[in-house]
Amino acid sequence: MEPATLQRVIDRAGLDQLLAAIARRGFRLIGPAVRDGVIVYDDISSSADLPAGWTDEQDGGHYRLRRRDDDALFGYAVGPQSWKRYLFPPTSVVWRSARDKDAGQDPGGAADGDANGAPDGAAGAGAPMAFIGVRSCELRAIAIQDRVFLGGQHTDPVYAGRREGVFLVAVNCGQAAATCFCVSMDAGPKAESGFDLALTELLDGERHEFLVEIGTGRGADVMSEVAGRPAGRTETQAADRVTEQTAASMGRHLDTGGIKDLLYGNFENPRWDDVAGRCLTCGNCTMVCPTCFCFSITDVTDLAGTEAEQQRSWDSCFTMDHSYIHGGSVRASSRSRYRQWMTHKLATWIDQFGTSGCVGCGRCITWCPVGIDITEEAAAIRASDGATGEEGHGDA
Amino acid sequence: MHPVTEPVTEPIAGPIAGPIAGPVRAPWLDREPWRVAATRPESHDTVTLELEPPPGRAFSFRPGQFNMLYVFGIGEVPISVSGDPAADGPVRHTIRDIGAVTHALCTRQPGQEVGVRGPYGTHWPLAEAEGGDVVVVAGGVGLPPLRPALYHLLAHRDRYRRIALLYGARTPADLLFPEELACWRGRFDVEVEVIVDAASGDWRGDVGVVPELVGRVPFDPPATTAFVVGPEVMMRFTIRALTRAGLSRDQIFLSAERNMQCATAMCGHCQLGPFLVCRDGPVFCYQALAPWFARREA
Amino acid sequence: METLEHELRSHPFVGDLEPAYLTVLASCATNVEFPAHRFLFREGMHASGCFLIREGKVGLEIATLGRGPIVIETVGAGQVAGFSWLLEPHMYQFDGRAIEPVRAVALDGDELRARCEQDPRLGFELMRRFAHLAAERLQSTRLRLLDVYGTPHAPRH
Repeated sequence: MEPATLQRVIDRAGLDQLLAAIARRGFRLIGPAVRDGVIVYDDISSSADLPAGWTDEQDGGHYRLRRRDDDALFGYAVGPQSWKRYLFPPTSVVWRSARDKDAGQDPGGAADGDANGAPDGAAGAGAPMAFIGVRSCELRAIAIQDRVFLGGQHTDPVYAGRREGVFLVAVNCGQAAATCFCVSMDAGPKAESGFDLALTELLDGERHEFLVEIGTGRGADVMSEVAGRPAGRTETQAADRVTEQTAASMGRHLDTGGIKDLLYGNFENPRWDDVAGRCLTCGNCTMVCPTCFCFSITDVTDLAGTEAEQQRSWDSCFTMDHSYIHGGSVRASSRSRYRQWMTHKLATWIDQFGTSGCVGCGRCITWCPVGIDITEEAAAIRASDGATGEEGHGDA
Repeated sequence: MHPVTEPVTEPIAGPIAGPIAGPVRAPWLDREPWRVAATRPESHDTVTLELEPPPGRAFSFRPGQFNMLYVFGIGEVPISVSGDPAADGPVRHTIRDIGAVTHALCTRQPGQEVGVRGPYGTHWPLAEAEGGDVVVVAGGVGLPPLRPALYHLLAHRDRYRRIALLYGARTPADLLFPEELACWRGRFDVEVEVIVDAASGDWRGDVGVVPELVGRVPFDPPATTAFVVGPEVMMRFTIRALTRAGLSRDQIFLSAERNMQCATAMCGHCQLGPFLVCRDGPVFCYQALAPWFARREA
Repeated sequence: METLEHELRSHPFVGDLEPAYLTVLASCATNVEFPAHRFLFREGMHASGCFLIREGKVGLEIATLGRGPIVIETVGAGQVAGFSWLLEPHMYQFDGRAIEPVRAVALDGDELRARCEQDPRLGFELMRRFAHLAAERLQSTRLRLLDVYGTPHAPRH
């Protein structure tokens, strides 16, 4: 048996059976839902919670939900959130301890029972999660964060505790937003691997079905409880056409050829001044980015000072504090901070973790309040490769 | 330490159905309570804490590595181990009082506890430097991270040729480890040059800046390794002086400073171009660091 | 005279001058010794020349009210104390005091300037060396102006 190549076709009722079968296995279902005018990832219980008939209109600094003329459940691109918030929560408590009252000593923090230790993570993040509707670019983003939190010499227990056993139901993209460029980053729009199940939504007149690709044994196990039929040549071809069309309609393009050397060699390109003139250093791009992983740790004590916990929260390289060392910030100018973010995403990440840090999801373009476009900035650097501006070496 | 040159474009995702391989251990949970065995004021703003590991805990480190020191409810900072790598007993950390956490550390009393995890980071290439001359250049509070290397060099004196310590500080009152400096200076097999930015009339030592000292000690440039720690400006000018003296970039090692919060290559704060200082440093070969070291706001 | 030429030849500051110039220098030179604490020269005095230090250490001091003398630079063996002789108004700007017993070759500034006027090539050669010395002192001063070891102004962590 080769479950990885097994493909079946189910209808919307089958999709509900599929969700129910996953839920029966103890998973918490998380999928797309409309909230406050955007599509977010939230708890769902059936296909009725999905954004049926909705799509998103995106561009630099622009996002609107629009009605589709069909009932597609996955007829949008990506919203402001990514699965990052479930695997690497915006805030978590990583360590907690109480002062030893009898001895009057401060605990250094050995994990000896309930008082000391990490409340999140190994202690349990609740039920294992099933992600419903993971885009190909998002699968890549998860893989990239896996390298950061699990792939090094140290392992992050909060991430590991949440990541372990996550059931991944991918969705191949049926349309690209104007901000999408996953093809450039070799990250989509078709989920090639790394999923338990992958859906392609097939819409044709009255017909509303899903081609289901089975990626793992447990995916096959779930599918054994779902009514459907083996996929025929027509259906697999139709599914292929869906992603081919999406691939052909990417809204953006980023030329990655020699991108690392390009950015390493353009540290003083005047384009950084140009983008700094627009960038508000708000950090939105880092918050919506599915791969940005920076965090800071803050100590919080109770009023009596007998209990302390270390809280971890997302940080952004756009803040002054991010590069703070005694005496001041290493990256004080907005120019240097935008340069840090973009150079990290597209270039230094490769040296740090062995992959690009960008998956081409386009969120940073959409959610930038002034519409700064990473693809446009990369192209501008490429077009002015080698320019250094007027800055001289004041070494008189 | 060697950057990957090509992006990995193969899909690297995968459902993780079973347990994640390897030990899943919070770096924060590796923290242990160590007892302050003794404190020793080194100057008006610098203190050495002698920290005793918990019973049964064998601690070893390599010169140049650092520990994360935590004060309950206040926070955590990276501090280089400043003691002898071959010595048993309490582990020395020399700390300058410059902020909330370092202040709390500097005012710890014997018997109190400090949370310790480590050691982390890269170390001085002491084995690679064997058979040649070693020039150790320290500026200000840059001496403590180099002291373990000096202990090692002197303990294995026969493995090295000439050894020189060039040390600069703000004023004579800011000099760290004065007794040891005097003791090393009394040895015939190590050159010790100390220089201060300014001094009153009773200072009999040198006044000037550290890079000036490079020309004053004899070493054989092709067979010399230099270890440099100090404020970034001091390191830049020292590297220039060493380069003028004939050392190539791959003979110069330095310890870089960045904001290190997790020490486990995850929090992103200590990025320096393609490097994560807590993982790829703090000790770097200047050959690798050079393209990024001179860049403003890198 | 021969001894002086020999000593000049072994001093890094002038040792590589062509022999004819070393002879000229020797004719302006005197061997001098100063015990510790003795002044080589005083601020405001006519800058009668410079000292090529052979042994010992000289502190360039500036007297301050209340804080006593502050040493702003030290000059040791192989180095040169004093370049005020070269430039008008030929007046020492600092006190030069032996920190350790000093042995040096003193060069007569008035004599040397006259020789330089006669032979601009010698003049240029000496000017080049003293300009280099002045640039090094300037760089050292600028670095110290930064106060790199000083207390950071915005402590936080």
